[in-house]
Amino acid sequence: MKKLQYERPVLQLLNSGTMNKYGTKTEYAPFTHIDGASVHDLTEKFGSPLFVISEKKIRSNFKDANRSFKTRYPKVQFAWSYKTNYLNAVCNVFHQEGSWAEVVSGFEYSKALNNGVPGSKIIFNGPDKTDEDLRTAILNNSPIHIDHLDELYMLQEISEETGQRPKVAIRVNMDTGIYPMWDRFGFNYENGQAWDAINKIMLNDKLDLVGLHCHIGTFMLATNAYSIAAAKLSDLAINIKYKYKKNIQYIDMGGGFPSRNTLKGSYLLGVDTVPTIDQFAEAICTSILNAGFLEEELPLLILETGRALIDDAGFLIGSVISNKRLSDGRRAVIMDFGVNIMFTSFWYDHKITPAQEFSDFTEDMVVYGPLCMNIDVIREHVTLPLLKRNDKVVVHTVGAYNMSQWMQFISLRPAVVMIDKKGVPHEIRKRETINSIESEEIVPEYLKTFSLNGIEKRTG
Amino acid sequence: MKIKNNIAVSDSGFIFNPTTGDSFSANPVGQEIFKMLQTAATEEEITANILETYQIDKVRFEKDFYDFVNVLKKYKLLEEIEKD
Repeated sequence: MKKLQYERPVLQLLNSGTMNKYGTKTEYAPFTHIDGASVHDLTEKFGSPLFVISEKKIRSNFKDANRSFKTRYPKVQFAWSYKTNYLNAVCNVFHQEGSWAEVVSGFEYSKALNNGVPGSKIIFNGPDKTDEDLRTAILNNSPIHIDHLDELYMLQEISEETGQRPKVAIRVNMDTGIYPMWDRFGFNYENGQAWDAINKIMLNDKLDLVGLHCHIGTFMLATNAYSIAAAKLSDLAINIKYKYKKNIQYIDMGGGFPSRNTLKGSYLLGVDTVPTIDQFAEAICTSILNAGFLEEELPLLILETGRALIDDAGFLIGSVISNKRLSDGRRAVIMDFGVNIMFTSFWYDHKITPAQEFSDFTEDMVVYGPLCMNIDVIREHVTLPLLKRNDKVVVHTVGAYNMSQWMQFISLRPAVVMIDKKGVPHEIRKRETINSIESEEIVPEYLKTFSLNGIEKRTG
Repeated sequence: MKIKNNIAVSDSGFIFNPTTGDSFSANPVGQEIFKMLQTAATEEEITANILETYQIDKVRFEKDFYDFVNVLKKYKLLEEIEKD
């Protein structure tokens, strides 16, 4: 006789209190495939944990966002935010869709150039641009978004020295009615700093002011803040036209649109509360169209959307290492992925789905990572089916920031796979080896030998 | 080790403790262990029965069994054992 499928014995106390108005979830559909590729086959081939990116989802996200803006405004350009995910394969999907590159460091700038993006299509943001970075960007005719006066003076000096006239924009920070106000980047609108910077650029004539830029926050849930920001940048542009008879070529609204993740502390799920890209597009486009530009002088609208285009295209497959019971009786599950590779678990309650069939029985549990660190908590509280060692789970909506902010800490970073439109997986970043880490280390000659219990040892 | 005599369990795994008013549900393996513990079956007997019926090895079952027994203790469903 064939033996029955085993499931860990479980006894659950039934609570007879009132149910919340959304009811309780009683079933969990296993998430066995990503774009047609089997989760178990992927881990067999590429190991666990494993990041998986859906090319199909990236492209559909991009097309949807592009459509949202282009149906409302005549001149729209997206620039892929490299810091959100700068794996070259990911960047190139966006470039194939027509995105420029938006970078915030010399490293990212080099990545964009190496990917083949023309210099004039690389927007250079950020507070830390070295003299060398600026010279390269000027040589490549890249738009440089000035963050502070020191950078403005550096650019003027380079311009005087080389005789080149860099294309620049200024980053403007402003009160859009949201908290916290991101006033650490760029020049303030309300106190006149932005106008001072504009005057300095226009009166000096060493620099070519081509655009105005803002980036009002991150994971923004209020579309009205974008409406205010677009109105303030438009106001600056129209006043530049009035005072200096110069048309600003573009208004860059930066990024900050949220993904469908659920922020920690939220009562409702992100999928139910986050505004759509259409709502953001409506707020921004209406504001610029109503600002008073002549039709033929409408500036190009640039968007540096990152998270909203990539987050839900990313998955993390992981395995259960063990489950145990905490001192207060709570169930705890230890996964083979931690906050070192899933930085975003510090601010999101990520959705986690088992990748194999389960019964209807579920448990409340804490999900821990494998690090020897108390902070390594993936979910403080989640209800999942009864997980056992080696079971696979899929963490959803992890495509933004995790593959650029991940830390190499006590273990090696996993491989990343992209599933193409036909469901074929391609490894786009190999799992690190000890050599990837140690190749940059140098042990001084006098530290290469030591003796333990009388046995001489030598480091290779 | 034995389940208290006044604890009621239905065929569907619904468990009721009339002393505290608490009710519980158990999954099939949990129900099986629970019912054997009502008859004061030993750990060896329970293990043999589960290993014969389910796809599980002894080592893994032992860990799960002790966890389950601890839950029964936590909810005060086991008879108090008099110490010698």
